[in-house]
Amino acid sequence: MKIVAKRPESLTSKDFHYCPGCTHGIIHRLVAETIDELGLRESAVGIAPVGCSVLAYEYFNLDMLQASHGRAPAVATGVKRVLPDCAVFTYQGDGDLAAIGLSEVVHAALRGENITIIFVNNAIYGMTGGQIAPTTLMGQVTTTSPGGREVGMSGNPIKVCEMLATQQGPAYLSRVSVHSPAHVRRAKKAIRKAFEMQMQKKGFSLVEILSTCPTNWGMDPLSSLDWLEEEMLPMYPLGEFRRPGG
Amino acid sequence: MKTRLMKGNDAVGEAAIAAGCRHYYGYPITPQNEIPEYLSKRMPEVGGVFIQSESEVAAINMVYGSSSAGARVMTSSSSPGISLKTEGISYMAGSELPAVIVNMMRGGPGLGGIQPAQGDYFQAVKGGGHGDYRTIVLAPASVQELYSFTRLAFDLADLYRNPVMILGDGLLGQMMEEVEIPVDAADTPPPEKPWAATGCRGRSKVIINSLYLDPHQLEVHNRKLQEKFSRMVEREQRSQEYRTRDCEILLVAYGTAARIARGAVDEARAQNIKAGLFRPQTLWPFPNGGLLEAAGTAKALLVVEMSAGQMVEDVKLGIEGRLPVHFYGRMGGVVPSVGEVTAEIRRLEGELS
Amino acid sequence: MTVKGRLTIEKERCKGCRLCIHFCPKEILEDCGELNKLGYRPVHLKDQEACTGCGICALMCPDMIIQVERGKGA
Repeated sequence: MKIVAKRPESLTSKDFHYCPGCTHGIIHRLVAETIDELGLRESAVGIAPVGCSVLAYEYFNLDMLQASHGRAPAVATGVKRVLPDCAVFTYQGDGDLAAIGLSEVVHAALRGENITIIFVNNAIYGMTGGQIAPTTLMGQVTTTSPGGREVGMSGNPIKVCEMLATQQGPAYLSRVSVHSPAHVRRAKKAIRKAFEMQMQKKGFSLVEILSTCPTNWGMDPLSSLDWLEEEMLPMYPLGEFRRPGG
Repeated sequence: MKTRLMKGNDAVGEAAIAAGCRHYYGYPITPQNEIPEYLSKRMPEVGGVFIQSESEVAAINMVYGSSSAGARVMTSSSSPGISLKTEGISYMAGSELPAVIVNMMRGGPGLGGIQPAQGDYFQAVKGGGHGDYRTIVLAPASVQELYSFTRLAFDLADLYRNPVMILGDGLLGQMMEEVEIPVDAADTPPPEKPWAATGCRGRSKVIINSLYLDPHQLEVHNRKLQEKFSRMVEREQRSQEYRTRDCEILLVAYGTAARIARGAVDEARAQNIKAGLFRPQTLWPFPNGGLLEAAGTAKALLVVEMSAGQMVEDVKLGIEGRLPVHFYGRMGGVVPSVGEVTAEIRRLEGELS
Repeated sequence: MTVKGRLTIEKERCKGCRLCIHFCPKEILEDCGELNKLGYRPVHLKDQEACTGCGICALMCPDMIIQVERGKGA
C-alpha cells in the first residue's frame, strides 16, 4: 500500500481554526502541497494577512510573516527585494486584498513584482462576523447589508482578475474554485503554475480562489458549495486571465 | 577622514549607504524629496534597491518586509507622511524589527505647510502609533549630525531590534554644510540576524509577528519590550551642553531651534547675561541626567521650539520641579530669529532680578 | 486484480462538515452518529472493502483528517 493522500510537509501539525466546511483548509493544503512538490519549503517566505487566515503563519511550516491589514503585497515586495531567489507568497482574503489593500496589490502587479498572491474570495468578511466585502454579490445579505447588497448603499462588486488583466504588469492571473474535486484539482494546477512562474522569474502571479464561508453565509457546508457554484460563478467566471506567453 | 559639502537630505542618503543600507522605500513629500532622489541614483550604483512606492503606507510595509528578511532598510518622509507610517512603525516595534525612519518635519496640523517646524515631537517621542512601544528618537542639529546620526540609527536599530527615528526638520534637510566622512565609511558590515525570515533551510521556521490573541502571552511580550525600552533609557541618552558652566538661564532646544538658541546664548552673553544651552540629541530617551547636571547653576529654564511647546513637558519632568520652566516658540513653519530669542532671554532675566 | 484503498480517519479532529461523505463516489462514508471531543459528529467508513483509495475524500477534507493508502487488492 502506498500513501496517496497525507498532510504535506509544508504544513505544521497544528489544527486549523477554520469553521466546519470552510474551504480555507483545502486551499492551505493545495499551497503547501505545491511548495512541497516544487521543493521550495526551505526557501519560501509566506505573508499572512489580517482576516480569517491571519493565523496562516502558524499553519505553514516555513518562514512566515504577519502583515498589517491589506499590506501583504508591499511586505512581500520588501522580502523579495532582499531575497530574490526565495519563493515569496501572500495569502489574502477579499477584504484584505480587494478593499483596504487594493492599492498594494495593484501596484505590486504594475511593478511586475516577482511574487505569488493567493487571493481567497468568499464574498464576505469572515473573521469580523460576516460584513459586506467588496466581492459581496448584488442582493447578498450580510451583517452590514441586511437588506441585501444594493448599488446605492454599497456600490458594485469588484472583479480583481479582470481588473488586473487590463494592465501590462501581471504575468499570470487565474481564477479557480474549490467547490468540487475536479475544481480542486484545477485550482492546484493554477497554484503550481503561479509558483513555477515565480521561480522562473516571470513576474507577478495571482490566483483568485473562490471559497465558501458557511458560517457567515448562514448555510451548511454542502449548501455553501452549491451557492458558490450557482451564485458566485456567474459573477466570477473561472479561467486564466493572463497566461504564460498570452 | 574626508570632507564634503553636502545638503542635509543628501547626507542622510549617503550615510545610509555607508551604514550598509541597500534597501530604501519612500514616497515624495516636501521637504525631504532629496533623500529619495539621491538614493534613486546611489542605490543602483551599489547594487541596492530603490522603490518609489505607491504611498507612505506601502513604503513602511516594504520596510517591514525587507527588515523581516534581515536587511538594513530605511524610509523617509515629512510630517503628514510619517502619520501614515505610524501604523507600520507600531507593527515593527511589536514584531521587534529594526529600521530607520527619517522625518524632516514641516508645519502642521493636517496638510499644514512645507516650511520647517517641530510639531511632531509628541508623535515621535510619545509613540505615534498604537500600543505600548517606544522608538529611539535622534535629533540632529547639523548636516554633520544628520550623517553621523543616520549611521548610528542603523546600529541602534539592529542592537535593540526596534525602529529608530531621525527627527530632523525642513531646514536641516535643505541646508548645506561641510560633513566629515570617516574613510572606512562604506565598510560597516550589517550584523548577523538569525531571527530573520530567509527560508528555513537547516533550521526550524521563524515567524515575524505582533499578534498574540492570548492576553497573558501578549502581556509577557509587552514586558519583554518594556525591559528593552528600559535598557534604552539607561544607555542611550545623549545630549550636548554649550556655555552652561556658570549659566543662570538655561535654554533647552533641539534641532534647528537649538542652532538659533545657541546664537541667542552668545548674544545674551555679549550683553552680560549668563545664558547657556542644553541640547538633547536623543528626544527619547530624553536625557534627564544630562539636563539636571547642565542646570546646576541655573535659576530658570527656557525651552525654545518651533512648535506650541511640546518638549516642555519632558523638560518639566526632567527638572523634577526644581526650577521654573519657561517657553518661547513659533509655529506653522515660522523659524524664530536669534534676536527674538535673545529678547526673550532678556525679558526672563528681568523677571529673575 | 482490484485496486484497494485504506483510509485512516482521525475522528477526534473531524469537524463533521460532510464534504467527504458528499463526494465519495462509492458512498461508503457516513456520519458515525456520535459526538467527538470537539462536539462534532465525525465521519466514519462503513465499508472498508469497497474503498478504492481514490483519495477524493482527502481531496475535499478541509482539515486533513483522512490519510489514504492505495494498492493492489488480494
